[in-house]
Amino acid sequence: MRRAKVKRALVPNETLANALGANELARELQVRGHEVVRTGGFGLAWLEPMLVIDGKAYGPVQDLDALDAVALGPLAELPELVRQQRIVFDRCGHIDPLDYDPGWLLEQLEREPREIIEEIKASGLRGRGGAGFPAHIKWQTVFDTPAPQKYIVVNADEGDSGTFADRLIMEGDPFRLIEGMMISGHATGADKGIVYLRSEYPLAAEIFANAMDKSRALGLLERFDIELFIGAGAYICGEETSMLESLEGKRGEVRFKPPVPAVAGLFGQPTLVHNVITLCSVPGILDMGGKAYAEIGTGASTGTSTFQLAGNVKRGGLYELPFGISLRELVEDWGGGTRTGRPFGAVQVGGPLGAYLFERHLDTPLGYEDMAALDAGIGHGGLVVFDDTIDLVQQAHYAFAFCAHESCGKCTPCRIGSVRGKEAVAALASGEYTEDRLEVIDELCDLMEQTSLCQMGGMTPIPVRSALGEALSRKGEVN
Amino acid sequence: MPNSEVIRDLVAACVGQVGAPVTALRKIVDTHGHIEDEHVRIVADVFNLSLADVRGIVSFYTDFRTSPRGRKHIRICQAEACQSVGSRALTKEMTAALGIELGETSDDHAVSLESVYCLGLCASGPCAMVNERTLVHATREELLTCAEPK
Repeated sequence: MRRAKVKRALVPNETLANALGANELARELQVRGHEVVRTGGFGLAWLEPMLVIDGKAYGPVQDLDALDAVALGPLAELPELVRQQRIVFDRCGHIDPLDYDPGWLLEQLEREPREIIEEIKASGLRGRGGAGFPAHIKWQTVFDTPAPQKYIVVNADEGDSGTFADRLIMEGDPFRLIEGMMISGHATGADKGIVYLRSEYPLAAEIFANAMDKSRALGLLERFDIELFIGAGAYICGEETSMLESLEGKRGEVRFKPPVPAVAGLFGQPTLVHNVITLCSVPGILDMGGKAYAEIGTGASTGTSTFQLAGNVKRGGLYELPFGISLRELVEDWGGGTRTGRPFGAVQVGGPLGAYLFERHLDTPLGYEDMAALDAGIGHGGLVVFDDTIDLVQQAHYAFAFCAHESCGKCTPCRIGSVRGKEAVAALASGEYTEDRLEVIDELCDLMEQTSLCQMGGMTPIPVRSALGEALSRKGEVN
Repeated sequence: MPNSEVIRDLVAACVGQVGAPVTALRKIVDTHGHIEDEHVRIVADVFNLSLADVRGIVSFYTDFRTSPRGRKHIRICQAEACQSVGSRALTKEMTAALGIELGETSDDHAVSLESVYCLGLCASGPCAMVNERTLVHATREELLTCAEPK
């Protein structure tokens, strides 16, 4: 950090901070003669808008004349940041997102593709979008499949409620993603990358487009072409084959697998599809070495996860921490309990297709296998906290309703099952707790799990069963 | 309001891009506000698709509305993180205050109300958008009184 005569102020240019007045604060600081740098956000939602003036942090800032009241001390000692292990988000918040020196990236692009894939294999990196599939297998498959054209497709269709990691990194450090894309392209033999970004993230689109312009000016796009595609409001397009259909300009209906996209994906060519955070984990892995990365985390859940604490919680935000931290540590220590101050009720882990978990589950470590043992998953790392006023039957109804709303309609179990499920739960909610009604829901869940074409229908039973099971056992009606 | 020639130029400019028909339809919505039958014909013509193909794309994506939105367009997040902090109650208050349901536009086109599933501001709900402006910790009063930013 260089020393300046005028005071240097870091002000986030990030959607949440801007909604809370960061743009106005930046203008006012400029008027007062500060050197203002618009950075990304640190992800500490409850401190936004958070300013850093000459290395000292303040937040949430309402009034520039009353900064002392919200002084947080030196940024370098802020416990909420220091206690994290920021590998993906190490630069985010500290830098001007467009201020980039490609030196390190260009060095990586000189390495042997096989050697890079070996590092990814050694790291144990698994997909951060939800499925948790080992990344190196996809990379190796794309590498091994000969084709005239190969693609990198970035899944930035971050539709899960409770998640905002993709948005934060694309707004705050878009070059981290460009690094991940270019390195994976180099390693697999793909020279074209497409980012599929949801339309609900206009600021991320603007900042990423500016980073693409900067990349072009730096000559980076001559070796690897990047295109930004904006979605049109369809949750299902976060499913990889639906995304590929959408990128081909069609309805986003899921495809049958096989073939997997790594063999025949976009326009029938081998395609590496990864979530934003998976690709953004790659630079850190190459920097520290795959082996060192694998030592972080727990069991087969290596490295860090960008946990996003959301919903009814005091200190919500993004916390990048090693896998293995318990739900209780996140919800209680990091989150500080519910925002309403009422007792904890439930936490939904991993988005709308994730399980509702309760007090007795809170000591479970957040790892892929530990969560699977509870019939739950980590998904994209989002945790939505509810207080004790949660209506679990209503949440089960919502899970079916959301599936009905977002189903692509291609397969019957999802298209029809979600509607019938919604009706059955509505009947339950109206007081008809009959045995045969419960049996219908149970059979429907089995059917959707076993026969849906993709995880939309296949995983909707997870929130349904976890919420409904708990509701009924509390009513003493479960057999 | 852009005429057919303007729309045709807009659509033709997308040829060759990845996902071109979807991008073309999005540009029509961005400039015109919604998609009309005439626009469907233009997209079908430029990309050599059937009208059914294009209508199929339009009906698939939520952003591709086929009727104009209200001058004040309010979108309230209906997803779980916002539910946990009262978005259901907020939605009820708004439908009662405006006399329209989610997905409806008032007869005078002054206001429309729509659901949205996640704006990615999930630690600060309930979240909403009024035209292009984002609101966190949204309240009924704020949604009813807030105007567009300068």
